[in-house]
Amino acid sequence: MDALGSRREETLAPSTTEAGRPASKTLAGMARPHRTLWQDAFRRLIANRLALAGGIVILLIALMAIFAPVIAPYPYDKPNYSAISQFPSRDFPMGTDLTGRDMLSRMIYGAQVSMLVGLGAQVIVFLIGVPIGAIAGYAAGKTDTILMRFVDVMYAFPQLLFVILIMAALGRGLQNIFIAIGITGWVTIARLTRAEFLSMREKDYIQAARAVGAGPWRLITRHMLPNALTPIVVALTFGVPEAIFTEASLSFIGVGINPPRPSWGQMVGEYFPYLQSYWYLALFPAIAIAVVMMSFTFFGNGLRDALDPRMQQK
Amino acid sequence: MSQYILRRLFWLVPTMLAISLVTFIVMHATPGSPLQPDAPNANPLPPAAQQNLARKWGLDKPLHVQYLTFLKNALRGDFGSSYVHKTSTVMEILKRTFPVSLHLGTMALLLAIFVGIPLGVLAAVDQNGPIDYVCSFIATLGVAVPNFVLAIFLIVVFVLGLGVIPRTGGWTSPVDWILPTIALGLGPLGILARYTRSSMVEVMRQDYMRTAQAKGLSQRAVILGHAVKNGLLPPLTILGPMFAAVGTGSFFVETLFRVPGMGRFFVDSMIARDYPLIMAIILLYGIFLAIMNLVVDILYSVVDPRIRLA
Repeated sequence: MDALGSRREETLAPSTTEAGRPASKTLAGMARPHRTLWQDAFRRLIANRLALAGGIVILLIALMAIFAPVIAPYPYDKPNYSAISQFPSRDFPMGTDLTGRDMLSRMIYGAQVSMLVGLGAQVIVFLIGVPIGAIAGYAAGKTDTILMRFVDVMYAFPQLLFVILIMAALGRGLQNIFIAIGITGWVTIARLTRAEFLSMREKDYIQAARAVGAGPWRLITRHMLPNALTPIVVALTFGVPEAIFTEASLSFIGVGINPPRPSWGQMVGEYFPYLQSYWYLALFPAIAIAVVMMSFTFFGNGLRDALDPRMQQK
Repeated sequence: MSQYILRRLFWLVPTMLAISLVTFIVMHATPGSPLQPDAPNANPLPPAAQQNLARKWGLDKPLHVQYLTFLKNALRGDFGSSYVHKTSTVMEILKRTFPVSLHLGTMALLLAIFVGIPLGVLAAVDQNGPIDYVCSFIATLGVAVPNFVLAIFLIVVFVLGLGVIPRTGGWTSPVDWILPTIALGLGPLGILARYTRSSMVEVMRQDYMRTAQAKGLSQRAVILGHAVKNGLLPPLTILGPMFAAVGTGSFFVETLFRVPGMGRFFVDSMIARDYPLIMAIILLYGIFLAIMNLVVDILYSVVDPRIRLA
């Protein structure tokens, strides 16, 4: 490691404070006289214009998903046979589909699925991946070898194929999408957590905490996990568009969401055969998927650079 | 060298055994059965018919017997008949569709190489300049936007909007090749551009670059003669897995452009639990991937004499 610049020292702040202070202080309580790591990262994050734009778009889509019942002008599932396949007009800003359902309302409700799957799947991935990675990295030795062989086997199998296999077995539905993404998606996080923990095991501050008499639970939750949190948060952020992509692909194929409920991927899949006559039907959800994926990717890039300036690309 | 290649080819055998075994276990361990019709509202088959089918396909035997039978037949190049496409054997299906996917995948990869790598080099030379931003935007677009979404955009703009391309569907004339190639190639293009850029940026910080500049070489000579040579080695390594991924066909691109390739079997056979077809395509993918990695390793040692294959 070369000489540390002032910015780098700030990035390393949690480890140095952690070592020197009583272990009872939590991450939030580690307030330094000036700025915490997270405040500092936040400043860098909003200075990045692309990341900021991504964050704002994500926030807007999230609000749209939460307030969908309030802002959607029509119900998403009631056919209206007097307004079938209408092109975008003042009454129907995005047109209507083949059974006269308002596309705008369906788009608004579709945001719910994307956001729920994108964020919710990360909770499951976190809850499975972090404990397994933590145990492997903390215990090392035989436990580690066994757990990591298992992870390797999971890694070897193409993820989308595995997800499709699970969905074909469980049947369609939002809940099953969570399960399928959770079962297949934790592998990356587990590997990452393990690597972080392994490299941390021999660090002085962990040795010091152990010497003072901290047990495994305390060591893991108070000392190791907070220090491994940064890369985990970044990986989870990149996991969001991945999960959205998986849901969209599954629904496109027809093994994802359950039909009357709209999802952007399902809409693209259902409407693309009519692209030639009714181009707007598949185009709007396609744009929505592209926008949400790009936003999360830009936001993730920004977050990664903000949390660890050493990894910065630019 | 030839000894190395032989040894690597020999290692293919245990690798393929492992892949087939894992696929077999996962396939049978997840709930679901090929004996039930997969259409949403289809009537379930009567038990007697299910038993007959199971006997015909050998599914009534214990699992280890099934696996050994599969191995014995597979070694003779016989992967059995598809459960779904009942009139043709798995080999016939693959012989018909794999060349199409390979053709499409090759063109997509060439597009990625010939646009992505120069883009990455230019971006690294023009660090933080306009070209760099364009490169990073295209890279993010390629990585973040799913190819079925991209395919919709391409069709709406070029077929319906501008009318530059008269139709989609089929695989008979070069006109049919353009859009699927772009849709499939943009993702790999983005990855390659990003990879090339970061590797080039790394190389340009090296001392020999400063030496080359100090002895008075033009910027052009420094970049082409010194930087590119070294900077392109890392991107070379990802070409293997990349080609395996695009060369075996994409379900989405082939569905949207109605390309008669093997991509759709990756999805269809999983959903229908078409066991013989699943095993065959996963193994085909595995062999493809292993051979591509071998080719890349050999190329690597040819390009970089510091690396000796042993």
